[in-house]
Amino acid sequence: MAATITLHRMHGGLQLEAYKAQSTRLPIMALPRPAELILPLRQHAGHASLPCVRVGDHVDRYQPLAHSAGVVSAPLHAPASGTVVAIENRAWPHPSGQPGPCIVLATDDSDLNHRTLLPHPDWKSLTQAVLLERIRSAGIVGLGGAGFPTDVKLTVSEGNTVHTLVLNGAECEPYISCDDMLMRERAERVITGGLIMMRALGAERCILALEEDKQEAHAAVARAAIGTGITIVQVPARYPQGGERQLIYALTGHEVPSGGLPLDIGIVCQNVGTAAAVADAIVDGRPLVSRIVTVAGPGVVQPRNFDVLFGTPVQHLIEACDGLRGQGLTLTMGGPMMGFQLSGAEVPVVKTMNCVLVREPEQMEDAQACIRCTECASVCPENLLPQQLHWYALARDEELLREHRLFDCIECGCCDVVCPSHIPLVSEFRWAKGEIRFRESEQRKATIARRRFEARQARLDAEKREREERLKRKQDPAAIDAALARIKSKAAGSDS
Amino acid sequence: MTHSVRGIMMQVLVALVPAFGIWTWLFGWGLLVNIVIGCAAALVTEALMLKARGRPVREPLSDGSAVVTAVLLAFALPPLAPWWLVVIGVVFAIVVAKHLYGGIGFNPFNPAMVGYVVLLISFPVEMTRWLPPMMLSDWHPTFLETLHIVLTGTLPPGTAWDAITAATPLDAVRTAVHSGIPISEARASPLFNAAGGAGWVWLAPAFLLGGLWLLARDIIQWTIPVAVLGSITVLSAVAWGIDPERFASPVFHLLGGATVYCAFFIATDPVSAATTPRGRVVYGIGIGVLVWVIRTFGGYPDAVAFAVLLMNMSAPALDYFLRPRVSKR
Repeated sequence: MAATITLHRMHGGLQLEAYKAQSTRLPIMALPRPAELILPLRQHAGHASLPCVRVGDHVDRYQPLAHSAGVVSAPLHAPASGTVVAIENRAWPHPSGQPGPCIVLATDDSDLNHRTLLPHPDWKSLTQAVLLERIRSAGIVGLGGAGFPTDVKLTVSEGNTVHTLVLNGAECEPYISCDDMLMRERAERVITGGLIMMRALGAERCILALEEDKQEAHAAVARAAIGTGITIVQVPARYPQGGERQLIYALTGHEVPSGGLPLDIGIVCQNVGTAAAVADAIVDGRPLVSRIVTVAGPGVVQPRNFDVLFGTPVQHLIEACDGLRGQGLTLTMGGPMMGFQLSGAEVPVVKTMNCVLVREPEQMEDAQACIRCTECASVCPENLLPQQLHWYALARDEELLREHRLFDCIECGCCDVVCPSHIPLVSEFRWAKGEIRFRESEQRKATIARRRFEARQARLDAEKREREERLKRKQDPAAIDAALARIKSKAAGSDS
Repeated sequence: MTHSVRGIMMQVLVALVPAFGIWTWLFGWGLLVNIVIGCAAALVTEALMLKARGRPVREPLSDGSAVVTAVLLAFALPPLAPWWLVVIGVVFAIVVAKHLYGGIGFNPFNPAMVGYVVLLISFPVEMTRWLPPMMLSDWHPTFLETLHIVLTGTLPPGTAWDAITAATPLDAVRTAVHSGIPISEARASPLFNAAGGAGWVWLAPAFLLGGLWLLARDIIQWTIPVAVLGSITVLSAVAWGIDPERFASPVFHLLGGATVYCAFFIATDPVSAATTPRGRVVYGIGIGVLVWVIRTFGGYPDAVAFAVLLMNMSAPALDYFLRPRVSKR
């Protein structure tokens, strides 16, 4: 506990106005269960879950609705009891704005709990493998925004060791305060979850990091952490300090290698919300069926945080904020820096939804030519050169884009904010990444097709050779004589 | 923190105000006339080029970049430069150095310096007709006289170019050194005071003031100015230490000619300069070294334009080879 941590300063970043005071004034509000829950099959990174219920089935609360499809995937559970009324495409939170497959549940009052996941207050007696299995079957994914299946992140492969677990409470984007409120109100859950994950990983050290401006949350987690060995560290309230790579560097001075994982340097980073979800799953036997969501922004009268069941339409949250103000409001999932626009208020809350930002549409300025002022490079937390990447993206020069480390861009949006020419740099970089990935996949496909063709050709050639050889053997005069002799002797034998 | 291209250009113009004041005090209304003619030519040329290239006109025209090019060039021209000299310089800068390369943001060379070099090589007589600073002259043309000389190219009766022009301090020292006269002897002339060229020395602090303001406003970064001024200082100090009669002192180099103007207003042009932190250091040092070398051994009294253009050429390579460190793979 006495361990002191020397903080390392990240490159660049921005001092952004936080706008968090408004949404942290009121306690977390539990929203009542709506009549209909819309549960997208893809609420996590990886493969979409596979439904294991049919339309018309009645399900109990916590009953699995869909299984994982492969390693990087997660199951989905019923947040409430009810009847499956549809499995179809519905509007859901996705950057494309296109509908996606969802299980639609008409909820009812039977409120029976499905019992596949058993409570285990004495979790310390469970083995690593059992802990991982339970975290997996509880459908837990990273609640910080990326939604990567938590058990996969906690699985340490052969030959690797993890020495440090970082609990990320640095919620650096403006407006978002769900982790702040979680730590204030449920600090004990966060700490318990941290301890469980430490055990699952076999980590010897756990650091919980949160920003300097979260005093109340700091007091709460510090109190809960007494006697646990978990170190609480306050980091500068600077964007994007909460980025996984940036946070790990700040706390340890170690860089996560380019294209690598924190695991490569013996570190695993988990969001504090994920930690609390792990505690809920292991200690209480409750799968991941709800989360805390911030609704904030100039468009709502009373910004606040809600504890809400997955599948609840965003409309319900907004209505609970005492109304709207402003014209032509848009909804953004996530924060103003990295969030994306929602297609409408009918989309449901999903596992990765930390915030719904309600505001008037952004004034988009026309982009002008880059004057190479390098404001972008000076704020880039990965120390990239956006002014060069911009050129090479326009020129579609893949080699130079790679040399200038396009794929190290974390898309934090700092460069966009400072650009005096209002160039949408991050969009350009995302597009360039997409182009390159597409080209690569086409190349891979072409290679596979070529290999397949070559293999087929080789097989046909071999068959042909074999046929010819057989034919040759048949035409061999010695073989023919021998065969004739055999027939003759056979005939002679049968005569006798 | 968030600003616009227009905002940046406007602040550059504001930063030139102190130097404009000193310049006008020393050499009369010529700069104002040059600026007005230059800006008019710049805006017309910019508009025509945008139109010819099929680009929107209004928005880019108001970004202020053409005006900045004209004003920066005007500061480098003699006070009584004929109107067509200004116009040719500006037109060449904007048409050839800027738009033929793709317009704002795509010019590899500093347009104002391209315009200056074209004029210096094409019209050496007109380009070297400098007036002495006001304290060394009895003849102070009024605004109308200045306008008349600039527009007609004829002097008022009773005056002749030889009588009213004088060598610049840099030129005087260079001529002396090249003809074997010790610097101390040359500097005994009334053209000089203890620091450098009489009157002229006030320009450098005025440019410095504007430059520091740009630094404070985060319009430019300190790397390039410090590298330019630092390398000139070190190089001239070493040479001066070896032979003060053959090599001018660091103070003379810093206060003389366009050194400070170059360090804060020309070398810092973001489009044509190197953009990586280490690239900028080398870029600035390169300019400083070239300025000193050309001034000391070359054929021109001042060397800022040549030094800047030569380093403009190397900026892309500097950006490529001196990239900052990114996390290892």
